[in-house]
Amino acid sequence: MKTLRLILVLIPALLLSGYVAEAQIAIKGETVYTMAGNPIQNGVVLVKDGKIERVGANIQIPNGYEVYEAKVVTPGLIDAHSVVGLAGYMNQPHDQDQLETSSAMQPELRAIDAYNAREVLVEHLKNHGITTVHTGHGPGALISGQTMIVKTTGQTVDEALVDSVTMVAFTLGSLNRNITRPGNRSKAIAMLRQELIKAQTYAQKRASGENNSTDLGMETLVDLLDGKVRALITAHTATDIMTALRLQREFNFPLVLDGASEAYLLVDEIKAAKVPVIIHPTMIRPGGEARNASMETAAVLYKAGIPIAFQSGYEGYVPKTRVVLYEAGVAAANGLGSQAALEVLTIDAARLLGIDKNVGSLEAGKDADIALFDGDPLEYITNVSHVFIDGVKVK
Amino acid sequence: MKSFHSLLIGSALIMIFSLSGFAQSTPQVFRGAQIIPIKGAPIENGVLVVQDGKITAVGDANTRIPRNADVHDVSGKVIMPGLVDTHSHIGEGSGGDRSAAMHPDVRIMDTINPRSTSFNKARAGGITSVNVMPGSGHLLSGQTVYLKLREANTVEDMLIYLDKDKTIYGGIKMANGTNPIGNSPFPGTRAKSAAMVRALFVKAQQYKAKIDEAKGDESKMPARDLQMEALVEVLEGKRTVHHHTHRHDDILTAIRLSQEFGYKVVLQHVSEAWKVADEIAAAGLPASIITLDSHGGKLETLDISNGNGAALEKAGVLVGMHTDDGITDSRLFLRSAAMAVREGMSRQKALESVTIANAIMMDIDDRVGTLERGKDADFLILTGDPLSVYTHVEQTWIEGKKVFDRNNEDHKKYATGGYDVFRAAAMHTHHEEGGH
Repeated sequence: MKTLRLILVLIPALLLSGYVAEAQIAIKGETVYTMAGNPIQNGVVLVKDGKIERVGANIQIPNGYEVYEAKVVTPGLIDAHSVVGLAGYMNQPHDQDQLETSSAMQPELRAIDAYNAREVLVEHLKNHGITTVHTGHGPGALISGQTMIVKTTGQTVDEALVDSVTMVAFTLGSLNRNITRPGNRSKAIAMLRQELIKAQTYAQKRASGENNSTDLGMETLVDLLDGKVRALITAHTATDIMTALRLQREFNFPLVLDGASEAYLLVDEIKAAKVPVIIHPTMIRPGGEARNASMETAAVLYKAGIPIAFQSGYEGYVPKTRVVLYEAGVAAANGLGSQAALEVLTIDAARLLGIDKNVGSLEAGKDADIALFDGDPLEYITNVSHVFIDGVKVK
Repeated sequence: MKSFHSLLIGSALIMIFSLSGFAQSTPQVFRGAQIIPIKGAPIENGVLVVQDGKITAVGDANTRIPRNADVHDVSGKVIMPGLVDTHSHIGEGSGGDRSAAMHPDVRIMDTINPRSTSFNKARAGGITSVNVMPGSGHLLSGQTVYLKLREANTVEDMLIYLDKDKTIYGGIKMANGTNPIGNSPFPGTRAKSAAMVRALFVKAQQYKAKIDEAKGDESKMPARDLQMEALVEVLEGKRTVHHHTHRHDDILTAIRLSQEFGYKVVLQHVSEAWKVADEIAAAGLPASIITLDSHGGKLETLDISNGNGAALEKAGVLVGMHTDDGITDSRLFLRSAAMAVREGMSRQKALESVTIANAIMMDIDDRVGTLERGKDADFLILTGDPLSVYTHVEQTWIEGKKVFDRNNEDHKKYATGGYDVFRAAAMHTHHEEGGH
């Protein structure tokens, strides 16, 4: 009877505790990759109120902190370009919202209106230590729509949201076969240039008061031309990469290159343009636009000083999503090295996405997004033991 | 003067050996590596001796080294058997067309391009023997072909013969579940799929009965029927069925059919194997699994798990693995074994699953799959632990000949990829048509 009463008292208490992010947590790691300075041996990360409180080697764990231990501790990993939440794991028409084929250019499509926070693949990434994802409209249309940044937690997009409009997604080269126009590369660029010129005119007419009607697509492109959002241009071949750089020079919008299979042919040009690259998945199948992809490109760009990040990308079949943790491992083994690969997976990705003030490293004041591993994070046989997002244990 | 004499005698001896046709190639010795023979424990500082395409000795540092051998110091490296892949689509081949759901007469062998860069890709991944199959968009898409990835000019140069008459060099590909379902002449449901397969095998049983009744009398033999002839080979256990199957109930249907007609089967993919591991074990059938980086992508793989290897091992099933290239990449086949270990499979069984287990499933375990005296000299020199992400295949040897060397830039490009390395024709795209 007494036990029963105790259980009855405890149940509501436990339920309540699930909603409390203010738990105080201490994470001990044999190696702690802070990504702000050298890795710390036998380090401790203190977490309070969802934020990182302190990080160091000789920290006395205060009373009342829940203690976790791991071989290796890293900041939560960042997937710099995905379609999870929009492209569901069933791969059936009802759960595929990453691409609208009714028109070649639809910059007004918002990612927040299509993101399913409960999608199985979001959880899949989270279970691999990925806590932040830049996701949204995928490749395939000339302008497919907008992207956003979310944490891999929450039951709704609002709970998950970090940034609602991050980039506008463009694709150069071959487009989805259901999009009838344009018919070739040069027509595509003519259409894109005309659309951007239309946006310039739209902005001028709005400024002069000549036109007060609102066009959602134009509004988005004006934001792009004003530098408020960036263009994410998926371009794999050298021809298409050069086209992206040429467009950027003509219209002077902020640009992030995506995919970039043949980037190794254009290292100087990309560097001169000061354009970061969200590199194709290291294990991308060498076919179609990506037929000339190399597992060494991440290393080549990194060594040239070009900012890079890893992506899971878009997959049309199986596996329905890739996992940046795995892509980083193979890049590490192909010239990048493990330290650099871990930086690219965390702080470099955060900088590229413009969210490094809050995530990407283990530093006091940042979000307590933390991944715990039972060995070298990049090794095939290592498992993720725990994941924390905003100080809450989510795995 | 004396040395001149011995030179003469030596030359004479060489001539005699050459003429007699018993000339032996110079033995190749690989010394100093950790050798993982798969059968038996790893050997530190081991010695591998190969000659005339065969392994002549495997052992520790005390192994006798032939006097005239070429000795390769491979200290710090790891040597293991060449990998065997039970299910791949390299080689640009094709199987049956859309005219029927079952094509037992169609041979993928007739369509293989031995110059395909996809073979270079597989060699770069350490694959030395492979079952190349037609797709899964049919109930029975055709005869598969077992290939050794020798440097080849013709497909015949690559064939692995299973019989003395050299008439059988592969299995037969079947599929159930959603891939072969479609508009007529394809089945519309799972039950119809099974009924069509049963009807075909009943016909084959009757054809075989006529042959048996003829007792070698040519006049009593049934008219030659290529479809029936291939299926008789299946019924006689000379040709193994490789059955693409994902969902737990489809796996059981594949088992049921094999039991009804008594043919040999390898269960391929078995995405939901973890749900029916005990049933697979009870049937005594082998299973070849695939590693995927996420579940989903098609309805039948919603519940696929990289824990299949561990679950099947625990149940006592013979577990193999495959690339299904281009679904997974031949260059990363060892990764599949490692990913299974990540999910609980034992290290030993995982390594067996990319070598000897697959060799058993293809009935070539007397020739490949382990490093043992008398077996084909198919082996890999690795830069480290086969299950580590940081390890590269440095060299791939087939029957004593080096077919891949990562230190050669012309070869390395097949491991990393790069500009114009893989020709478009080599790309396998039939999964977009519902092939796998």
